[in-house]
Amino acid sequence: MSRTLRTAVFAVGGVGFAVLLLWGFGGLPDFGDFTGHYGLYLAHHAVPQRVATEAVGVTTFDYRGIDTLGEEFILFAAAVGVLALLRLQRGEEGASAEPARESPSTGHSETLRRTASALAAPCLVLGLYVVAHGHLTPGGGFQGGVVLMSALLLVFLAGARFRRRTKPLEAMELGEASGAAGFALIGLGGILFADAYLENFLPFGDFGQLVSGGVIPLDNLAVGVEVMGATLVVLGEFLDQRFLSGGDA
Amino acid sequence: MSFLPYAVSAWLFLVGLAGVVRSRNLIHLVICLTVIQASTYVLLLAVGYKTGATAPVYADITPGRSVTDPVVATLTLTDVVVEATVVALLLALVVRAHRRFGTLDPDELHEMRG
Repeated sequence: MSRTLRTAVFAVGGVGFAVLLLWGFGGLPDFGDFTGHYGLYLAHHAVPQRVATEAVGVTTFDYRGIDTLGEEFILFAAAVGVLALLRLQRGEEGASAEPARESPSTGHSETLRRTASALAAPCLVLGLYVVAHGHLTPGGGFQGGVVLMSALLLVFLAGARFRRRTKPLEAMELGEASGAAGFALIGLGGILFADAYLENFLPFGDFGQLVSGGVIPLDNLAVGVEVMGATLVVLGEFLDQRFLSGGDA
Repeated sequence: MSFLPYAVSAWLFLVGLAGVVRSRNLIHLVICLTVIQASTYVLLLAVGYKTGATAPVYADITPGRSVTDPVVATLTLTDVVVEATVVALLLALVVRAHRRFGTLDPDELHEMRG
């Protein structure tokens, strides 16, 4: 099918679809006029019931924790899928292709190294802060995990020495797996020490404190580690591992 | 005016779809798909908004203040994570397609034609 024909077919279908879409949206409540009782109920009971101030985080990790478990395993499965697809490819190409693709690494740029070294520590602190305060202020494991990933990526960009001895990608795979398992195990704790899966079994603590909200901070931590591991594994695979375990002197 | 966020959502969906249909590059195609997904964020957050309401974060707001729906915000968070995973997987497939066919133009992937 040629591009012109395809565009023409899409124009017809697109107009029809647009009409249906706008017609459907016409049946939604007016903007700013929403009265969803479930959301209203959660917003009003999150603080007294769970002693955590961020209703979105409470909904994500407590009231709708089972959804988040599924979401977390989607991320896990996708990261494994990317690994499988790209490692399979490397296997097909064989070892001979590896030396041919060696090119000057960006890690040799002094400016890049210094900027990355300067930014790594603040970025790490920011990531830990966002993960740790997920139950109090906007943030949490998913957002903080991505910031932590950036911090570690900056460490690798800076060409830190430890990467030759340690194996960062293996460690990240372990982090991803243990984060995913951690969330599921915290859920099991709900069965053992409370009534149901993913139910809170820890004391709630005092309102507005860093240690409050029961298991929600632990959930945030597990998700943060998992997101950090999964995103780093995926990025590492895309960068063909040379970047993370690369051999610059 | 009250229909504007829904119109923006519909526009993002359609313009992303048009990009997918007319794409000449697989990476461009994946990015167009993220534009389509962006329309779902706008729609979800627009549905949950209440006039004069603030974010449902009780750390620093006065008690009794009207807040937006936390459930749609949670759904949007899920949506963002799913989008990130879909993009990662699709880009991995693009890398493989490029190795196999030596091109990124969807029209040049002859062997995939049925």
